[in-house]
Amino acid sequence: MNKRVTFKSQWLPYALLAPQLAITLVFFIWPASQALYQSVLRQDAFGLRTEFVGLENFAALLADPLYLESFHVTIAFSVGVAAVSMSASLLLAVMADRVIKGATAYKTLLIWPYAVAPAVAGVLWFFMFNPTIGINAWILRTLFGYDWNHTLDGGDAMILVVVAAAWKQVSYNFLFFLAGLQAIPRSLIEAAAIDGASPTKRFWTIVFPLLSPTTFFLLVVNVVYAFFDTFGIIHATTSGGPANSTTTLVYKVYADGFVGLDLGGSAAQSVILMAIVVALTVVQFRYIERRVEY
Amino acid sequence: MVENRPWLNLISHVVLLLGVAVVVFPLWVTVVSSTHRGIDLMSAPIPMWFGDQFLANYTRMLTAGMDSVAGQPLGLMLFNSLVMALTIALGKIAISLTAAFAICYFRFPLRMTCFWIIFITLMLPVEVRILPTYEVVANVLTPLRKLLGLFGYEADEVVLLGMTIDLNLSMLDSYTGLTLPLIASATATFLFRQFFLTVPDELTEAARIDGAGPMKFFRDILLPLSRTNIAALFVILFIYGWNQYLWPLLITTKPEYVTIVMGIQRMVNVADTEPQWHLVMTATVLAMLPPVIIVVAMQRLFVKGLVETEK
Amino acid sequence: MAELQISGVEKVYPNGFKAIHGVDLEVADGEFIVLVGPSGCGKSTLLRMIAGLETVSAGTIRIGDRVVNELEPADRDIAMVFQNYALYPHMSVYQNMAYGLRNRGFPKAAIEERVQKAAGILQLGGLLDRRPRQLSGGQRQRVAMGRAIVREPSAFLFDEPLSNLDAKLRVQMRVEIKQLQRRLGTTSVYVTHDQIEAMTMADRLVVMNAGVAEQIGSPIDLYDRPSTVFVGGFIGSPAMNFLPGRVEPDGRHLELAGGLRLALPAEGRHADPGRLVTVGVRPEHLVPTGDTASPLRIEVKLVEHLGADTIVYGTCSAIDAAEGSGLMTLRLNGHHLPAMGEMIGLGADPADLHLFDAATGKRI
Repeated sequence: MNKRVTFKSQWLPYALLAPQLAITLVFFIWPASQALYQSVLRQDAFGLRTEFVGLENFAALLADPLYLESFHVTIAFSVGVAAVSMSASLLLAVMADRVIKGATAYKTLLIWPYAVAPAVAGVLWFFMFNPTIGINAWILRTLFGYDWNHTLDGGDAMILVVVAAAWKQVSYNFLFFLAGLQAIPRSLIEAAAIDGASPTKRFWTIVFPLLSPTTFFLLVVNVVYAFFDTFGIIHATTSGGPANSTTTLVYKVYADGFVGLDLGGSAAQSVILMAIVVALTVVQFRYIERRVEY
Repeated sequence: MVENRPWLNLISHVVLLLGVAVVVFPLWVTVVSSTHRGIDLMSAPIPMWFGDQFLANYTRMLTAGMDSVAGQPLGLMLFNSLVMALTIALGKIAISLTAAFAICYFRFPLRMTCFWIIFITLMLPVEVRILPTYEVVANVLTPLRKLLGLFGYEADEVVLLGMTIDLNLSMLDSYTGLTLPLIASATATFLFRQFFLTVPDELTEAARIDGAGPMKFFRDILLPLSRTNIAALFVILFIYGWNQYLWPLLITTKPEYVTIVMGIQRMVNVADTEPQWHLVMTATVLAMLPPVIIVVAMQRLFVKGLVETEK
Repeated sequence: MAELQISGVEKVYPNGFKAIHGVDLEVADGEFIVLVGPSGCGKSTLLRMIAGLETVSAGTIRIGDRVVNELEPADRDIAMVFQNYALYPHMSVYQNMAYGLRNRGFPKAAIEERVQKAAGILQLGGLLDRRPRQLSGGQRQRVAMGRAIVREPSAFLFDEPLSNLDAKLRVQMRVEIKQLQRRLGTTSVYVTHDQIEAMTMADRLVVMNAGVAEQIGSPIDLYDRPSTVFVGGFIGSPAMNFLPGRVEPDGRHLELAGGLRLALPAEGRHADPGRLVTVGVRPEHLVPTGDTASPLRIEVKLVEHLGADTIVYGTCSAIDAAEGSGLMTLRLNGHHLPAMGEMIGLGADPADLHLFDAATGKRI
């Protein structure tokens, strides 16, 4: 889409675009190309020589059990976060759509976690699930007899980060679901009621299908969020442990690259991540282009 | 709703209250814990009601910090976060406005190329390119050096017009390094582009007849009309900047550049000892306060901007 | 105040579409010219070329004594009133009117004086501090005109300014605009698709069709002597009736479809015998003869009672039902109550007949 009416100028548009383009080229395009370049190199043990090794780094990664494990961890994490967060927020949105009294109050109280940094959210839940003094851990111990310890048990650690990430994301999903619900014409629901459908039936046969563009959109966003924005949560709480049980792909890039100083491998991981982002973004945009108005 | 079903209404309220409880519980725990002494928090169950250490804890953290971690006063950290958040928010908005204006309102060769270059940044979050971006920030002239390297020039300096120019320009441990790489963003540009496309063409024509050139039009007409979008974006970008984690972690080593989110992580991940939770919670409350206040105060604007940014 | 000259102006779009096929027009100083025609005829394009909002592919446009083809709109000394008013939504009425003057570096005092004067003429005095969204359609229209007036330009350009107003307001504003123009004496070019607006407001009309100016003249000229079938059918409401026919061998009569015969008008007598023609006659020029056996007769199908007039539609053997509505239109003064299916015999003064070539549509 373009504007019909434009201004004529030889130099002005370039001047206006220059800042953004300059920063983009220096801090985005160049590093990305560097990552691509470095991913096909390998440094020797002393960092003295680099040699071109083609796709060896990639092959090594895909054969590395630790890398594949982090893939599994990431997928499990994403599914967990998306499922928990989306179902909770959908439920809350549906309820919030129904009530008239106190709607604004509920809304305010439910969206504030958006403002919390992922790392801080991690710390909060980390505190609450602290094996010794955490209030949630205490509740689990005394009421359910479950001995919670996320520093020892990988499953507990995973649950911790999933809960922290999902908690934060509920507010974002809630807003979008609410907007999506409010965009459904009242006349459709009324027509269904006249046709004899109960509220539950109405929800599953009419509201939910009409909500599917929003649901799909949020699904992609949640997956992207789980993949990338949750570094803070993991780094601030479990540091990828115990025993790599919460090492997601992004966390691994950081650990291998900055801590382990493995340039080639880390670059290769970055490239794979880039490919995933591109795929997800393409899917998101393609789907948005095809949004149908009803 | 459509029919009158009191049971359903009751259930709705119950569910919502439960939801709110779950969402607000961590906040409650945090605030309460920040008002106690350290020993109160060393055994379970920890107190669920306020203590009396509110003033003590908060003044200590704001002025002196936590000594065990070579602590900086929180005041400094809050300031760093503020600088980062404001610079990023205002910077992104300014750059995106001009870029969107250029793309929408001018026809020039390379227009679509520029558009796609900006678009690509959507697919390159910082987490995906951390190492090479770090390298660039460590020495911004790296691309130039590599270019010169292609021609066999390997030195650390270059002499130009009688001046010696050092080919090392580091942005580590600086406000520039913290903010500049995060300022170019496609989302803001797209939002503004989307908005500009809805501004009626006749307004532009009337302005042209009224003797307004492109920049006058931009300043007098386009900017005032974009006020709501700018405000909503400001909220979102401020939060984004304030809550940055990975990037500051990578490029700051000196304590005086630590942001508050990083600071909290340092307080929690202490080796060998248990974190001083009452102080950590104090810091957490302070870290959450500005963004939460902004979100709550500008709720309507923020929600509108959020729902529109992503579409 | 200046005159406007358009010579051989053409407009070709990048995709090859030719929107304007060579238009010539000379507008005298202070004249009110109306460009009228159906959608897509090019009238707005022509106006925008005068304004400088569209480029000119060929030909020249002169305002005063300057050729303005290459000049920016702001430098042509013109002011424009848009169909959707194009008021700056975030500025007050005062600021909207002052904007153009501010950009040209007028001192504050001069701006104040001009805006107040225009506000007085347009009765906007109490609204100067309001925003456009607080005004009604008619008020916004006046602000748009005020913005044009304060500039005191060489020419006013109006792009269908009344299209967005309701019918009653439109009639009222028509009068106001015409009186305003008379008072200010500024050369004006006005675009509309409504032929009634055109007829009532214009000093001269330009009827456009598919990028060509079919006829230029005063409203009465266009009414009395349309130069093409298109102009005949466009000007006047209800529209002119068209009957296909042929010049008889004797050169003095016309043979119409269905075997009817009419006498040729005097000016048509030079036409060759056997020539195919289209005869045009206006509904108001058809006269009931009272003789149901007249050569020209209609069977009543529909009657519209307008109070002052009665419009009768009927089928007639002279009109080919395959083209158009196939109905002949008759206009009668006052109240009449013809019955459905009634036959009415009609006649017409030969001087009221318009003769057009059947192929080219041009007047014979």
